[in-house]
Amino acid sequence: MQTVKMVVTGPFNSGKTAFICSVSEIDVVSTERKISSEAERVKETTTVAMDFGRITVDDDLVLYLFGTPGQKRFDFMWEILSEGMLGFIVMVDSARPETFREARGILQTFRAYAPTPYVVAANKQDADDAWEVDDLRIALKLDEKVKMLPCVATDRDSVKNVLLELLYSILEEMKE
Amino acid sequence: MLLINAGYLSQQDILSGIQQYVLDTVYQLFTWSDGFFRFDASVLPPDDAITIRLDLENIIMEGSRHVQEWEQLQDEIPNLSMALNFVERPGANIRDVNLTVEEWKVVSYINPKNSIKQIAKANKMNDLEIRRIVYGLLQAGLIEIVRPDGMPLPRHAQQVPPVDRKKQTSLVNRLIDRVRSL
Repeated sequence: MQTVKMVVTGPFNSGKTAFICSVSEIDVVSTERKISSEAERVKETTTVAMDFGRITVDDDLVLYLFGTPGQKRFDFMWEILSEGMLGFIVMVDSARPETFREARGILQTFRAYAPTPYVVAANKQDADDAWEVDDLRIALKLDEKVKMLPCVATDRDSVKNVLLELLYSILEEMKE
Repeated sequence: MLLINAGYLSQQDILSGIQQYVLDTVYQLFTWSDGFFRFDASVLPPDDAITIRLDLENIIMEGSRHVQEWEQLQDEIPNLSMALNFVERPGANIRDVNLTVEEWKVVSYINPKNSIKQIAKANKMNDLEIRRIVYGLLQAGLIEIVRPDGMPLPRHAQQVPPVDRKKQTSLVNRLIDRVRSL
């Protein structure tokens, strides 16, 4: 049995857990804990170690999706989780511009960990105050070559599209 | 005393130097998230010690600002083992940019062979100082963070992708088919 791994990363509350839940065939093995910090209490719980989802491809191949913890103090887990990844997805909460800077920092950190393909998912595009994808690209200072995809992490088709785009990027890179 | 008598320094220079040294130490302490300390309320400095007057309220305010800056810089540049490289931007010339002396010192060492930590050491800068300058250069779009030459790739980068390109392509195509069918 061969296993491959993709990592879903991004700032706190950017929708990583929801993203994995939308496509995982197993109940996501989530390590959610109540949030102790008042500053980060925009939701009740957060992922402290990792989310873990699975998509069985066939008898010989399984795709694992790993979500990184969003809070800064667990960033020591990032490098551990990025080990062996085929590619990674950076989730950005399109409605919280105060997190864009952090998203860019996370993106740069993961790029440094491994020269694997990646895409950026502009999540929560269904929110009223969500930034347009093009504006987000400017805010994140992303090169035009980097795929920036609109996303609603709770919508399976939207998540599928992000995963497919990442896989296409991986395929393209193999051809180069 | 010799330096003052020789006219190289004034008393005020010495007091300012000590004040800055103490403040730097205190601001550094603000960045501690944990640690041990002992406070002796009744112990006074010896008679021959040079004492300085500090405004406690200002120190706390400035210290808090330092902590915020420190956290932001750590977010931006989490790993000082990484190296720096100039961004390839046709038309942009670093000679046209106004840099401070300290920034030029850092710029002169920018090379994928040198880690940020090594650049800091060569310039006798602490972590905060080097992060501040690197952050400024990153913001200006002049440099990018890269993996240093010779640094072994993490294990995952060596393992993936598999060596056989045909197998690799087949694997990704199978993944694509599966995700499409979800």
